[in-house]
Order: sequence, then C-alpha cells, then structure tokens
Amino acid sequence: MATRPARDLIGPVLTARAVTRSFGPTVVLAGVDLTVAAGETVALLGGSGSGKSTLLRVLAGLDDAAGGHWTLPGAAAVVFQEHRLLPWKRAADNVALGLAGPDVGGRVARALAEVGLADRGRAWPAELSGGQAQRVAVARALVREPDLLLLDEPFGALDALTRLRMQGLLRRLRAQHGFAALLVTHDVEEALLLADRVLLLDGGVIAEEIPVRLGPAPSPDDPAFGALRRRLLDRLGVPAA
Amino acid sequence: MTGPALAEAPAPVVPSPAPRRPRAGTARRWRRLVSPVALVLAWEAAARVGLLSAEKLPAPSTVLATGWRLAADGTLGVHLLDSLTRAALGLLIGGGLALVLGAAAGLLRLGDDLVDPPVQAARMLPHLGLVPLLIIWVGIGESLKVTLVALGAFFPIYFNLYAGIRDIDERLVEAARTCGLGPAARLRHVVLPGALPALFLGLRLAIGAAWLSLVVGEQVNAQTGVGFLMMEAREFSQTDVVVLGLLVYALLGLASDLLIRFAERRTLTWRRGLRAT
Repeated sequence: MATRPARDLIGPVLTARAVTRSFGPTVVLAGVDLTVAAGETVALLGGSGSGKSTLLRVLAGLDDAAGGHWTLPGAAAVVFQEHRLLPWKRAADNVALGLAGPDVGGRVARALAEVGLADRGRAWPAELSGGQAQRVAVARALVREPDLLLLDEPFGALDALTRLRMQGLLRRLRAQHGFAALLVTHDVEEALLLADRVLLLDGGVIAEEIPVRLGPAPSPDDPAFGALRRRLLDRLGVPAA
Repeated sequence: MTGPALAEAPAPVVPSPAPRRPRAGTARRWRRLVSPVALVLAWEAAARVGLLSAEKLPAPSTVLATGWRLAADGTLGVHLLDSLTRAALGLLIGGGLALVLGAAAGLLRLGDDLVDPPVQAARMLPHLGLVPLLIIWVGIGESLKVTLVALGAFFPIYFNLYAGIRDIDERLVEAARTCGLGPAARLRHVVLPGALPALFLGLRLAIGAAWLSLVVGEQVNAQTGVGFLMMEAREFSQTDVVVLGLLVYALLGLASDLLIRFAERRTLTWRRGLRAT
C-alpha cells in the first residue's frame, strides 16, 4: 500500500471538546477534552464501565445521541474488539468493503500481505482463526490509509501469545505508515507498550494524562516501565499484591 | 455436504458439525431405504392377493401403469401444466407482496408500526378457511386458486424475511458504517446477504403452503389441474387415478424442495466455511 510519507495534516488528527453522553439518568461521559496529534499513539485507559468504549464510539461517529464537539480532519478507520467481518464475504472482499478508486484489488492484496495473510484472501471468515480474523480487520482499516486509527480493545478477545504478536504488528505498521492511533484498552501493559501518552478516563472525564517516555522499544523488564505500570494500576484502584 | 437429502426433515439450515463417517453414512442411508421399500412391496403383495380391493387401493404397479398411460396420451401433461401455472402465479404474487411488506416492516420503524400489526392479526386466520369468503369475493374461477396459493405463500415469506432482517447483527452494520457504506450499500452488502438464509427458509415453507393451497383450491370447480383429475376420477371410482394424483402432488413438493435446497447450497457457500477446514 502506498504510504503517504508527508502527511498533509499538520494539526491534530482528532480534537474533542466537552464530549458528553448519558444513558437515561446515568452520566457516562461528563465533558471529555481530547487531542491526538498526527502520528501520535494515545492510550485511553479506564476501568470497566468507565465509558472508554462509549467515547470511542462517539468519536467513530456511531453514536448520534452524544453532546459536545469533535472533529476528525483526516481519514479515520476503526478496529473493534470483535473482528466484525461479514461472514458472507471472503477475507479480501471484507477488506475491500466500501473501497473506491483505482486498483482496489492491488491495494487489498497489499494490505493483506502487510498483516501476513497474503494467501488467505479467498478464505471465508469462518475458516480463519481468531487472530487471523482480527488481522483481516486490521487490514480492512489499514487499506483506507487512515490518518487516525480508532482501536476499541482490538486484542482483548485474543489469547496472550496472539495478543503479543498483534501488538508487535501494530507497532510495525505504525512505524511504517505513520498513522495516529487512539487505543482503548484496560490492559496497562498494552498501553505502556504501544502508547506515547496514556489518558486515564475516570468519572466521565480525563482524570489524568501521563506521558510515556520509555524509548523506542519499551520492555516490561525496564524498571521505569514497572514504576509507571504500578502508578497506573494504583490509579485504577488495583492494589499491589 | 452431500446430505441425506430425502430422508431427513427439511430443517437443517444451520450446518451442524456432524462427524464425517463416509462408510457408516452410506451404509446407514441404504438401511433407511429398507422400510419404505418393504412397505411398498407389502402393499403390492396385498393388492395382488386380493387383500386390498382395487376400488379401495389399487396396487402400486397399477398406479404406475395408469400414470404411464395418462402421461403418454398427454392428459397428465396438460393438467400438470395448469397446476404448475397456478402455483407459480400465486407464489409470484404472494411472494412479491411478502417481500415488499416484509422489507418495509423489517427495515423501517414506520413500516413496522403500520404493516406488522394487521399481518400478525391476519396470520391467525387459517387461510384455507377463507374459501367460502373468497368464493363470494373472487368467484370460483382461476382467481380463486391463485388467490389461495398467494395467501398461503405470503405468510411464511413475510415472517421469515422480517425475522431475518431483525436478526442481523447490529455490530456488522456498525462496522459497515465505519467503512463508509451508506444506507443503500449497507442494504446490499449487509442486510440482504444477512437475511438470505431466513428468506430461503421462508421460500421453502411458502412452496409447501402453495401446494397445500393448490390441493384445496383445485377441488373447487376446477376444469383442469391435478386436483380436477382426482375429483373427476373419484366420480368414476378410478381409484388408481386418485392415488396417481396424490403421487404427483408429492413429487411436485419433493422436486420444488430439492430445487430450493440446490439454490440455497449455491448461494450460501459461506455457511459451509465452517466445514471446509
């Protein structure tokens, strides 16, 4: 896929101001402010029911009942926790869904090759393993050449080994294509491994913003990693063992 | 997926992950043929030795001979064609109406509120019980037969299409939205293929209902058709022709069901994905 090296976007790829969302009397988002710069990876961390997935759905344009302002000046693509591939379309056709322009077939083939599934384009989703299906979903997002990738616990449904591999894949793709990413997760380690910045969602607002400065290839064995991990877990209310 | 096509009930739309034992499966299929063949042989024998009188139930061989005779002189073909025309016309009208109304009720909230309540209420009427009323409305001619078939075909298609649309995973629709698909494209790529399995089920049930309606309809003042053939034969006590008519109805039902299954298998290849690996 043609990487667009010099992004035409200089400003942020996502700006959100005072985003609110209530379900009946329950206020889930009470005014979230959020900015994601071009090429930046931001992890949105929060406990169960903190509204992080709700926020991502709002930003993805899937929630019409939310209040506030948000703009996504560039192209955005979404990867969900479940692969959400159409069972009646082969893998390649799922990637090509809604794609227009020249050489759709070539772009799809390159996207599938990038996630390591060059030879599985003819497979039905039911024939793919969980990890493969999720890689197809990543290819479906990638083929749109997004400026911003919205990831809703994308690896949450995968086994631990596959999850590690997928995290590596995402890091490689980001280095290659330079897209920005907003990663919703409840996994503190995943947030620290992938993000430049961690936002803590608590009480319906961004309660804390923590920059992650662990170098280009963070490792859980790094003492600084452990300290940051402990701090985030404390903040999420997980007591030390 | 070489299913034991005839012997089993027409239910398995969802592929069951049956263990594959080709040899045992073949043996079993042959075994399942034993009792039907034995019954036919017993029937033949009972008729030959005079246990069954020819007026009550003629031998299967006699019925087949009669069938051959009527087919050869063209009588059977003429009546069969008329019956098929009525079935096709009724299916087309009833099915078309069901597609339009089912889609309106399944896709639009307004359609659901306006269309579904009267259809739900009308479903409670046994449509074959409407014959007296229909005779008053449309007379005893062709339109009665076609109307009955259309009524029989309408409800299964309507309800299955409605349920098929409602059962579509909302998350898939969302994913399609994030891929930039507008309402029309979502209809084409998500809703239609998602509702297709249910639609096939509805079509199969509708065809069954269509034959049933035809059997009843053709007994009311028909001048042609398989049902007329049977009614006429009854008056002349030609039991072999009556039994032949029953056989033809059964074969029509069987053939149409096989045809639908074949189309289903061709269209819903993706459902076999689970078994292909």
